Amino acid sequence: MEPSNGIEVEGLVREYKKGPRAVDGIDLSVAPGEIYGFLGPNGAGKSTTVHVLTTLLPPTAGTALVAGYDVVKDGPKIRGLIGVALQEAALDPLLTARDHLRLQATLQSVPKAERSARAEELLHRVGLVDDADRKVSGYSGGMKRRLDLALALVHSPRILFLDEPTTGLDPQSRTDIWNEVALMRREAGVTVFLTTQYLEEADVLADRVGIIDSGKIVAEGTPAELKAEIGRPSVHAIPRSEDDRPKIADFLAQFGEPLASTRDVAVRLRDGLGLTDIVRAVDANGVDVVDLELRAPTLDDVFLAKTGRTLEGAAEEAQTTGQEKRQR
Amino acid sequence: MSTTTTQVGAIARRSVVRTSRQPASIIPPLVFPVALMAVNAGGLRSSTDLPGFPTDSFLAFALAVPFIQGALFSTMNAGTEIARDVQTGFINRLSLTALRDWALLTGQLAGIVVLGVVQVVFYLVVGLTAGVRFESGPAGIAVLLVYGAVVALAFGALGAWLAYRTGSGETIQALFPVLFVFLFISSMNAPRNLIGVDWFRIAATLNPVSYMIECVRSLIITGWDWQALALGFGFVIVLGVISFALASRALRTRMTRT
Repeated sequence: MEPSNGIEVEGLVREYKKGPRAVDGIDLSVAPGEIYGFLGPNGAGKSTTVHVLTTLLPPTAGTALVAGYDVVKDGPKIRGLIGVALQEAALDPLLTARDHLRLQATLQSVPKAERSARAEELLHRVGLVDDADRKVSGYSGGMKRRLDLALALVHSPRILFLDEPTTGLDPQSRTDIWNEVALMRREAGVTVFLTTQYLEEADVLADRVGIIDSGKIVAEGTPAELKAEIGRPSVHAIPRSEDDRPKIADFLAQFGEPLASTRDVAVRLRDGLGLTDIVRAVDANGVDVVDLELRAPTLDDVFLAKTGRTLEGAAEEAQTTGQEKRQR
Repeated sequence: MSTTTTQVGAIARRSVVRTSRQPASIIPPLVFPVALMAVNAGGLRSSTDLPGFPTDSFLAFALAVPFIQGALFSTMNAGTEIARDVQTGFINRLSLTALRDWALLTGQLAGIVVLGVVQVVFYLVVGLTAGVRFESGPAGIAVLLVYGAVVALAFGALGAWLAYRTGSGETIQALFPVLFVFLFISSMNAPRNLIGVDWFRIAATLNPVSYMIECVRSLIITGWDWQALALGFGFVIVLGVISFALASRALRTRMTRT
């Protein structure tokens, strides 16, 4: 039977000794050739899920099939079919990009006659030809990520796992990685399981998004579907003076439900209302604002609606909890 | 070539390439043992006047020590390198390939053996240049090269076990002085039968390192002493087998893949 390129997960649980359930009974399905964005704050369970799906961690309960193979029983088969770039680009600082590619190709059983050509092709593809013989210790964060991606592709995998591939990168490097991921899917039909804490990344790249929080999937669908669940746009007003903030908040409250925001005053508009209604009312009542903006729902709005927190706030919370645990 | 052999070769190559790009890992294991030998040979030369001392040349007597001391450096270097792979997550990268557990361990040890043999050749050249005569002749030198490889393998496996077990380069380096105690409480500076202090002689007799040194020493100053060779090879092989078994087990735990 020809194995599929998809991922099927049912009731997946991963518990750490004396720790919480990092993954708490998740179900998900990734179709062949799909880019699936797994979105959540730090500590939500994204990386643990990737570790289980890539056979680095056995699940505590539940089942997971990757390319049609069981992650518990068929580890070696799965490893031969997947490419993985983990959160930390674990590269050897004393080796060059070419050394890395040669080593990876050998260990992934790429035929000897093809190794050099494959390395050259990948070096071209990720734009590292000119730096191929430099030690990795001199690479920037973006170059390391691109090399990491090239290493994951050495054996032409059917499914690619990318664990926060652009975290810490500058916008240009981030865009380069996005383009490469999109190209791989388009040209080779590779299935991509991508974890990220960046809303924009999930929005731009993913065909479907799963939002994970505290080990549970709280929402799943295409970005458009998820945003449509929220439905109504929001209006954001920037007061001329901080003192005007309460007055403007009271004024806007008549148009919809208030939204938590530290940067501006915002409301989610009631059905049937638009920006023009607000602008007219602002003019008529002489409300002093610097700017008024209508925003379509974002994945952050989805996260807020599902968890009661913004993605940014959840990340800070996870960081604080982590620090408290370390202090204890 | 089989897949496994290819994998072992690739890992060994990486180990050698890494070391060759770190002068700090190459120079100390070559220079320090030779420097210590030179100091001892100068300061303890009059020991050769003791009745029953097995040779007229203290340099020939002391030349055995760098071989074992160099192996201790190999232990530390191997352990530190492997621990770094654990700490940086490189071992996860390797775990995600088709690499077999034991091929990884064997490859890493093969790299250590190559470097160990380079060390042995260096000590040999230093000794021969300084005028040391090998009583066992060219065949003895060949046996010495083999012994150097076996010692590097055994001590390298010990370092690998510690690295996989602890995952900490700092722990490996902290253990280094403990290994050196074994070297100093041995017959490194005097034949055991000429050690006057009872407790020291007993400790040196119980210490396997004494037999490793005496194995090398016999090839240099005695010729073919089959008992010394058997004890030297025997202890190293036992150490190697135990260390390899422990390292394999620790690696399986460390490479927690399904």
